[in-house]
Amino acid sequence: MAAGFKTAEPLEYHRSFLKENCRPDGRELSEFRTTTLNIGSISTADGSALVKMGNTTIICGIKAELANPTAEAPGKGYIVPNVDLPPLCSSRFRPGPPGEQAQAASQFIADVIESSEVIKTEDLCIDRGKLCWVLYCDIMCLDYDGNILDACIIALLAALKNTQLAEVVVNKETSVPEVDLEKRQRLHIHKHPVGASFCVFDDSILIVDPTAEEESLSTAHLTVVTDEEDRLCSVHKPGGTPLSGEKLQECINRATTRQREIHKLIDKVLDSVKTSQ
Amino acid sequence: MMEVSPSTVSFREFGCEQTLLSRPDGSASFVQGDTSVMAGVYGPAEVKVSKEIYDRATLEVLVHPKVGLPGVRERSQEQCVRETCEASLLLSLHPRSSLTLILQVLHDDGSLLSCCLNAACMALMDAGLSMSCLFCGVTCAISTDGEIITDPTAAQEKESRALMTFAIDSKERRVMMSSTKGSFSVHELQQCITVSQKASEKIFQFYRDSVRRRYSKNL
Repeated sequence: MAAGFKTAEPLEYHRSFLKENCRPDGRELSEFRTTTLNIGSISTADGSALVKMGNTTIICGIKAELANPTAEAPGKGYIVPNVDLPPLCSSRFRPGPPGEQAQAASQFIADVIESSEVIKTEDLCIDRGKLCWVLYCDIMCLDYDGNILDACIIALLAALKNTQLAEVVVNKETSVPEVDLEKRQRLHIHKHPVGASFCVFDDSILIVDPTAEEESLSTAHLTVVTDEEDRLCSVHKPGGTPLSGEKLQECINRATTRQREIHKLIDKVLDSVKTSQ
Repeated sequence: MMEVSPSTVSFREFGCEQTLLSRPDGSASFVQGDTSVMAGVYGPAEVKVSKEIYDRATLEVLVHPKVGLPGVRERSQEQCVRETCEASLLLSLHPRSSLTLILQVLHDDGSLLSCCLNAACMALMDAGLSMSCLFCGVTCAISTDGEIITDPTAAQEKESRALMTFAIDSKERRVMMSSTKGSFSVHELQQCITVSQKASEKIFQFYRDSVRRRYSKNL
């Protein structure tokens, strides 16, 4: 009976739960799904992490390459994030060039990296105007069950914290870079941005960490990214039903507590990785 | 909280012209200082079967940059404009049909996304599509000394510490869309929202004036 109701009237089905301040999967309105993190899962990458939030699974691998800095910014390296939503992760994605959602997600991640200054691009410079590091951050979704933006940011941050760059010395005589793979240095992470996503149901009810089903039924999405100093790095709301300033404040408060939780989780997992080595 | 009087909100010269193209069902160009965007709306028309939605119209937004092909940045702008329009348009009045909104950037001198939103709203109005409310775009820049500048130029955007674009609805002056760059405090965000809400009143007044001017000419 319940299954039939859910298929025939999905919106009514969700409303009947929201009326009782809970959700079909048993969560409260402001409760995140269980987040699990695995750091250093890909041994061939320079840094990697796998994040699971409920069913949503995101993997991030970081590849460091040497390149020439651009003419406009000779003292800076660069970071190239890319979000991939392959047909494997959900039936809504088709094979072929990246769709609008994947491109918008890539742009969002690039904006978060730039706004939060998680890594100072000056740190990636090896020889001013001649040589710098490029970090290719490939983020791939393995299982799409909503709220990929939050999971992407966690995966990216954890992978960056796991990244070790080889030491590079430029030979003065031949001006050829010599890479010493034995000596590796961790990246300096300046900030810890963490996102919290919300969905608006029926123009008024706010729910946190939506599943794919909740996302498709809701009328608006909102993602707030904060760092450990409680500064906002991004308030991303691509349209949808309007929200008042007070509602936004509620979301920001929830996002700051989420930042603390995830920051602690990443540090804990990193510690366990270090001790096991 | 800082008191914001409407006089502190300043804009560059605004300009708007509707129905300047003959082929689209609605068109408009919107000018904010040197930033200029042209918008055209086609529809409601027939929809491709793969994009058909059984209970409402499918809205497609295309942003064309001044030079080159649309890239990832344009995709993200398209998403922002589309979802804002979807929230204000009464799409359920035209089930199984398509609406196409094309935004052509003529010149970018800062506040581009807000200019796109304003052009989109004027074009939708010109096409005579039913909407639950109007919307307008406001861009705020926070300069390095903490001053809030509305409708910044490209040079002011570059110097700023943070940049925010909001879409404000005409009914209750609430935030429909928000897109930000740079880091800022919660207090600064709330201040910028208040400033944008004040600024939106001026823009809606401009909408009203320009539509009135147009119809007084025709009659």
